[in-house]
Amino acid sequence: MTTDLTRRSAAEMASLLSTREVSAVELTQAHLDRTDAVDALVHSYLHVDHEGALAQARAVDQRRAAGDDLHPLAGVPIAVKDILTTKGLPTTCGSRILEGWVPPYDATVVTRLREAGMPILGKTNLDEFAMGSSTEHSAYGPSRNPWDLERIPGGSGGGSSSVIASFQAPLAIGTDTGGSIRQPAAVTGTVGTKPTYGSVSRYGLVALASSLDQAGPCARTVLDTALLHAVIAGHDQLDSTSIDAPVPAVVEAALRADVSGMTVGVIRQLTGEGYQAGVQTRFDEAVALLVERGAKVVEVDCPNFDYALAAYYLILPSEASSNLAKFDAMRYGLRVPPAEVDDPSAEQVMAASRDAGFGDEVKRRIILGTYALSSGYYDAYYGQAQKVRRLIADDFSRAFASADVLLSPTAPTTAFRLGEKLDDPMAMYRGDVATIPANLAGVPGMSLPSGLSDEDGLPTGIQILAPATQDDRLYAVGAALEAALLERWGAPLLTRAPDLSQGAVT
Amino acid sequence: MALTRDDVAHLASLARIDLSNDELDRMLGELSVILDSVAQVQQAPTEGVEPMSHPLPLTNVTRPDVPRPSLTAAEALSGAPAQEQQRFSVPRILDLD
Repeated sequence: MTTDLTRRSAAEMASLLSTREVSAVELTQAHLDRTDAVDALVHSYLHVDHEGALAQARAVDQRRAAGDDLHPLAGVPIAVKDILTTKGLPTTCGSRILEGWVPPYDATVVTRLREAGMPILGKTNLDEFAMGSSTEHSAYGPSRNPWDLERIPGGSGGGSSSVIASFQAPLAIGTDTGGSIRQPAAVTGTVGTKPTYGSVSRYGLVALASSLDQAGPCARTVLDTALLHAVIAGHDQLDSTSIDAPVPAVVEAALRADVSGMTVGVIRQLTGEGYQAGVQTRFDEAVALLVERGAKVVEVDCPNFDYALAAYYLILPSEASSNLAKFDAMRYGLRVPPAEVDDPSAEQVMAASRDAGFGDEVKRRIILGTYALSSGYYDAYYGQAQKVRRLIADDFSRAFASADVLLSPTAPTTAFRLGEKLDDPMAMYRGDVATIPANLAGVPGMSLPSGLSDEDGLPTGIQILAPATQDDRLYAVGAALEAALLERWGAPLLTRAPDLSQGAVT
Repeated sequence: MALTRDDVAHLASLARIDLSNDELDRMLGELSVILDSVAQVQQAPTEGVEPMSHPLPLTNVTRPDVPRPSLTAAEALSGAPAQEQQRFSVPRILDLD
């Protein structure tokens, strides 16, 4: 019974809690037990907070017993990507340079989870400072895909995707700078949304690229994703790029699950050549299902998306090289003296600490960004990339003039094998080709499962994109598609994933 | 525009990362491949296009000028590698000679 609890949706868990069929402590303990059973295999977590999560659950149970007015998700546990600060809980960003750092403050997203009474189970693994597409750039070892433990769970949010796909948590927080919520969702058969830029506070989200970063919800169903979206979104005075407007009615849209009368646009540049056959087939079928449900489909042309990857891999390293300058070994984080230098200067200690504390991918991107911003090259690289960014935003505007939402496969392939792309940075980067344009333009995007690929039996994802601040459209279309697919499959896709507890090392 | 090993060493020193010789060699090859690829932005039709630095058209975001709680000194120093008299203690910042 207790292990079955972890298979429920967050909405079902919330309902069991509200009718007092299950206590928050029981529900939280069930997830912690599941983690004890399977996380040695999956490695979703960098830190599990058994006692803290149970204490939060007990507090919710007491408030419920006292008849307090509780948030609908109160008592539903959640995992948080280890790039959001958590007061009293370690926050490493997957980096040695922050090993053992315990922040003295909560990110706004974390504050909102605590206010809603959601027990925080732990901090999930990621590529160092969210730089990567596989979690292989985590300084603490990769997470694994619950569908096939020899494969990547996506990145950078592979801890948050695998924690949900392996039923260690019903919900998780991810962050998406170039696809780090959506691509992990696609390769693990889960759902994830990158909200409109500015709609979820970035306060306490350790910055990778400030003009691209956005935290968002990860879950197993579209409705659960919407429920979490509604908890974390909204204006925050502590983030000056936060949008001061009401949160779109995402939960209502997910419940409506209606695409009739909507026009969906298939992006010509993000389909066909370069996409694995099974990924493309499942995508085409999903589009056909939306048409069956009353949507009209058109093809849209976004010619400048062909330059998106190049622009992104200039803008991101440039912003990252600046953001990561704060890791200087002076106020917090790792401090190591250079070898064979007596009485080293602050600058020498800084350079030695950054060499020891940062991994290869982080160093690569910092140096690339330093180059792109250096005088003499600025116009040719960073300046040019910013102009391409404008062209991409303009492509979106034109496309949304003829379609309510846009569609593409989320990632060109299913999950690749651990190690397969580790020595070829450009090959790794190319996996982000379909997710990057949304970050450059600031528009919201969702990935949800479209099925299993015929070649390898692994999950495939479909991406839905909407105009800025129209996040509710993602949920209307996503929920309609999910319902149509569920009818076809007979049971959620994740019921076909291996039950890891059978093979667990004891 | 090909990068040289000296270029990479110079960039690393600007970025305050003390790369080893092995790292410099590896980085030179990898960065050259990446730069070749991202140079594709120079082919885009950008004549007369305004650069875009940010997705939101926000300017001069302000908040009411009222005090709000901030970290205590002890909290701010809680992650310090070294501290002294409620201050961050750092290595010498001037050259010896």
